[in-house]
Amino acid sequence: MSAPLIAFENVCVEREGAHVLKDVSFSLAPGERLAIVGANGAGKTTLLRAMVGLQPVTAGRIVAFGRERALESDFHEVRLRAAYMFQDADDQLFCPTVVEDVAFGPLNMGLSDDEALARARVTLTSLDLAHLADRLVRRLSGGEKRMVCLAGVLAMNPDVLLLDEPTNSLDAAHVERLVDALMRLDKAMVIVSHDRPVLDTLATRALAMRDGALHPVVLHRHAHTHEHGHIHL
Amino acid sequence: MSLSQAGAHREAGVPLIEALDPRTRLIAAVFLAVAIVSLNGFAAKAGALAFAVALIFMARIDPQLLMRRLAHIEGFMAVLLVLLPLTVEGRALASLGPLSISDRGLERAIHIVLTVNAAAMTALALLGALEPIRLGRAMAALGVSERFVRLVMFIARYQGIFSSEIRRQFDSMRARGFRSSLRRQAFRAYGNLAGMILVRSIERAERVDEAMRCRGFSGRFPLRRVRPMTGADARFALLATIAAIALHALDRLA
Repeated sequence: MSAPLIAFENVCVEREGAHVLKDVSFSLAPGERLAIVGANGAGKTTLLRAMVGLQPVTAGRIVAFGRERALESDFHEVRLRAAYMFQDADDQLFCPTVVEDVAFGPLNMGLSDDEALARARVTLTSLDLAHLADRLVRRLSGGEKRMVCLAGVLAMNPDVLLLDEPTNSLDAAHVERLVDALMRLDKAMVIVSHDRPVLDTLATRALAMRDGALHPVVLHRHAHTHEHGHIHL
Repeated sequence: MSLSQAGAHREAGVPLIEALDPRTRLIAAVFLAVAIVSLNGFAAKAGALAFAVALIFMARIDPQLLMRRLAHIEGFMAVLLVLLPLTVEGRALASLGPLSISDRGLERAIHIVLTVNAAAMTALALLGALEPIRLGRAMAALGVSERFVRLVMFIARYQGIFSSEIRRQFDSMRARGFRSSLRRQAFRAYGNLAGMILVRSIERAERVDEAMRCRGFSGRFPLRRVRPMTGADARFALLATIAAIALHALDRLA
């Protein structure tokens, strides 16, 4: 097995005396799409935040891309290689126009204006979003904003995608587009989500978070029949 | 290609003002505004207003937008315009009971209306159609502090989100039977609303900062190339200078 991209060893996070993460250990292998499931407030988002150093840890080791990471300066490189897609698109999209927002990451990676813009347009085109390039962010629909967020993180050509509730508040058509786009990528991912059908499609492995601790879960695929109500339109 | 669509505007049939570099427009707007507010006489101020109207035509500002913007300004000045003729001492032109309209007060009010409208229309003609992003770039290129420029750009992006947050919160208050009134209870609710919006704004700002750091932001925006000025910019600078000199000459002679 190749070396893990990111590994946690007994990581703890305390907030106001409460244990948000308790002795969390796991690793993410190249190409793996790891699902993290769990109830609201179980610590899933904290786990993602700790992976890129936004959440300081109180104990344990974080090894990312072959080096131990502890300080803010260590995490700068991690953030460029493990791209974090935020739950609320309006937190992530801060530039007035779409193409500028997508170019923001590449510019921070040291590309020139023209290179960053070209990279942004290529990324938008690869997601069938070329028509949005010159639009104003505030005029986009919720689904469009989410897709542009994905373009923004993909433009950095990261090794890992960290997705926090990526399908939240998306309609069925946009969920399908997003999942399609993610399936076509050959990248490791950590996906925090409540959307079971989406996880069933995407994930290659799953972990359950309960009260700040990680537990393995069996992920298996089989044909089954069941009875449930659904809406016909 | 530049991020803004400045290039696309340089085609034939585009308003004259739109062909100018945003830096030229910004400098010209400040320069002309200073020139206009330092005029003294009535004739020069009327001339300035005529010049401002000409600029509005050159910029082909949508008349509806013009009216809306001017209505905002007139709203601010309404109080002043009503109070000045009544409060400034002078010869009474007309009187209504204990109130009398003084000639000097009326004159002063007219002067203020002329100056403010001339300056506002000049600014609107030059900057009205400028996207915040291009305005921000121009400010940065002119050496305005990066923090201030960033503030301008963030306002452009997040103003809509804050107003919709306030609207949503207010709707949810009304959905639970809240009605605006001057009662103590209503004021307490307004206080909670204002506090909540403030807290959410701070939280939002923190998340935006984190999202920016996640894309490698380290405190400085990468510098951007500036497009060179053209002959149109030089011609417009000359026009603005001549107009300012002419207005001030008129002011001295009159």
